[in-house]
Amino acid sequence: MRNGYVTGPILGALWLVVIASTLAVTMSFATGALFRPQVLFSLIWGALIGFSYVRFPVQNGLIRLALSAAGALACLTEVGPVLIGPEVTLTSRLITLVAFAAILHLSLQAILFDVPYATLTRHEFEAAVIRFCTGFGYIFFTAIVVIPFYVMVMTSLKSQQELLQNPLDFSIELSRGWDLFRSYTELFSDFNFGGYLWTSFYISVLTVFITLLFSVPGAYAVARFRFRGQKAFSRSILLIYMVPMIVLALPIYIAFSMTGLRNSILGIVIIYPVTTVPVALYMLQGYFRGLPTEVEEAGLMDGLSRLSVIWKITLPLSLPALASVSLYVFMIAWNEFLLAFMLLDDPSKFTLTRGVSMLNSSEIPRQHLMAGAVIATVPIMALFLGLERFMTKGLTAGSVKG
Amino acid sequence: MSTAHPPSGSGALAKREARLAWALLAPTMISISLVVVLPLLAIIWISFKPFTLTDLRPPAPIVRESLRGEGDNLRLEYRVRNSSQELAITGVTLSDTLPLGLTLKENLPDHCYLTNRNLICDFGDMNGGDREKLRLPVLATSDESALEELAEGSKPVMTGAGPSVLTSFEFSSENFSRLFDSNEFWSVLWITLFYTIFGTLGALVMGLFAALLLNKSFRGQGFIRGLYLFPYVAPVIAVAFTWVTLFDPFSGSANALLLQMGLSQSPINFFGERPLALIMVTVFEIWRYFPLSFLFILARMQSIDTSMYEAADMDGASPFQKFWLLSIPQLLGILSVLFLLRFIWTFNKFDDIFLLTGGNAGTRTLTVNVYEQAFAISNIGAGAAVAVVILLCLLLFSFVFFRFISREEGL
Repeated sequence: MRNGYVTGPILGALWLVVIASTLAVTMSFATGALFRPQVLFSLIWGALIGFSYVRFPVQNGLIRLALSAAGALACLTEVGPVLIGPEVTLTSRLITLVAFAAILHLSLQAILFDVPYATLTRHEFEAAVIRFCTGFGYIFFTAIVVIPFYVMVMTSLKSQQELLQNPLDFSIELSRGWDLFRSYTELFSDFNFGGYLWTSFYISVLTVFITLLFSVPGAYAVARFRFRGQKAFSRSILLIYMVPMIVLALPIYIAFSMTGLRNSILGIVIIYPVTTVPVALYMLQGYFRGLPTEVEEAGLMDGLSRLSVIWKITLPLSLPALASVSLYVFMIAWNEFLLAFMLLDDPSKFTLTRGVSMLNSSEIPRQHLMAGAVIATVPIMALFLGLERFMTKGLTAGSVKG
Repeated sequence: MSTAHPPSGSGALAKREARLAWALLAPTMISISLVVVLPLLAIIWISFKPFTLTDLRPPAPIVRESLRGEGDNLRLEYRVRNSSQELAITGVTLSDTLPLGLTLKENLPDHCYLTNRNLICDFGDMNGGDREKLRLPVLATSDESALEELAEGSKPVMTGAGPSVLTSFEFSSENFSRLFDSNEFWSVLWITLFYTIFGTLGALVMGLFAALLLNKSFRGQGFIRGLYLFPYVAPVIAVAFTWVTLFDPFSGSANALLLQMGLSQSPINFFGERPLALIMVTVFEIWRYFPLSFLFILARMQSIDTSMYEAADMDGASPFQKFWLLSIPQLLGILSVLFLLRFIWTFNKFDDIFLLTGGNAGTRTLTVNVYEQAFAISNIGAGAAVAVVILLCLLLFSFVFFRFISREEGL
């Protein structure tokens, strides 16, 4: 096994299967035409090319490149790693071949880098395997994350017949111009999605403020003061964290039905912060514990009261933590579905998630549903990408909420 | 010389501090006990009662007032009925103001009397499903249609109440006995366990793999890290519907791809077939939550002391040896904490399965069962009983959690 002329062909063969599958799936999703990876031929070609990359050192780069190109050209016949359907256009073919040769050459060169045509040491062997796994890992994770979002966006841009004709064809006809966004304009004009966006936005912002209002004093008390029941309190916060929402939603539904709070924005604004306060409290107390007490004690010595110490010293010092918590709470409130679904019936009061769930019916075309999903996703993604640093911190500190 | 004693008890300062602490905690405590503790008690209460969605309103008398006929035949009619078909209402009375311009032609029936223009009728007790009609012939002294509007515009006031199932002190364990007797419950429990265990383990392993990939600095590392967090950050409703669309048996791209690649001969109904649907929702769970484990494991990895690895390099350890003998033991703490927490959270998960399959095709977990019982079958008592079972399981988990975590993370 640990011989260059064995390791090389095995890794090469497996790698070619990965590359062929990736390329075939990518091209299928891009054009909707027939691209089929052929596992057996991929293994054969891969073993051959892998062997050559070990046999010929870097100086003979031309031989390596030629073999990769041969593998790519074989795709034009029936015995290549990828079977290309007869209806595929010339440009797609060309792109496939060039991409195939280039990716194969570069990646295999990296994987089999310094694998000699001789017995390998344990280090060399394991390093090559790890490079192979790394490459596979990047392709795998990127594919599983990107494909659903790609499908979501592309489906929302299609029309009904196009979707039924070939569900794989995600190429966009740019000639349709603004008509591409028809699903979106219909959602905003006929389904009141502008209103839902606004409702979701201000409910989320209100939730953030109310949550901070409650959790900052609470977290400070838990983190800084010694009092009886402190430990029990911080544990019960964690316990509350673990109560499933559906269990709470049932009595809340009954209580809200009886008091008339069901179907009102007020009810939602009352109930959302309660779901987020424990998380925020937990995150903030961790941060407050990490702040040096000396600064606060200096403030106390200079005659500030506890409350003004919190307001003038602790809060300004914990702005980054407050930003993380706010973002995290905003995300929870924006994405919240269960309570909105159970408590809101009146379409004029829907939040965005409730509005999207309304689109899931057989009478409303799929692309509308996907457009709704895109509308719900884009704002939170933009916020996330823009403030990724805070968000990641918030997620790590919030630790467990799912 | 007297010996010095350390002060005993709590001093004035400590007391003041404790007072301030409770003052700061009060708003949170009050709101949480209102919205968390109270509902939890309520759900235990309800689980011992035969309570259905229709019982949400206690039985009450319902009245309709109308002015019918014309001229000599003109009459004021009150139709009273019991809103419940089963339960009796006691002490039903009606009181209304007779509109100006109407005068009674005949004497009132015995159970009614009129003072000034206030009409009061006593109907006594009404059994379930009872209806009563009160017909009062009247004489109009002004325009009839205007009077009709006037009469129907003023709502009569009804009194009388029936027993509310919710507040009575009658309990029965019927909900629980029916729950445990049905075969369905045990299959639901198995499905929940499968979903929870494999979902948690899968997310953990995937997270570990992703963290290993990104545990080195290169250009674009931040971008890829952000990208891998997408499934977790996006609204569940958006990604769940995307999966449903993607795996649709008729117009889904996944099926089209499988057919085209020659991997399957006929379209597969991913979310509609029995064992497959459960596997799919578990895969969805893994897909959606691996970013969280990945983030935690990565954070822990980056805080491992590098000198340890340098020492291992000096001793000639191979990459795999370093992973198994150094990284894994270092990560064991965070991995077990993550496992426990994710286990509890996956156990509690509702939205994902509800949106993907609605609990059909053998994917009904305990949480979905709460919804199903309470709203689909509209038996709130049965739903509450399932919820109580969930709470008991949770109590068990959190016991394990606190015993374990307090050692691991010093919480």
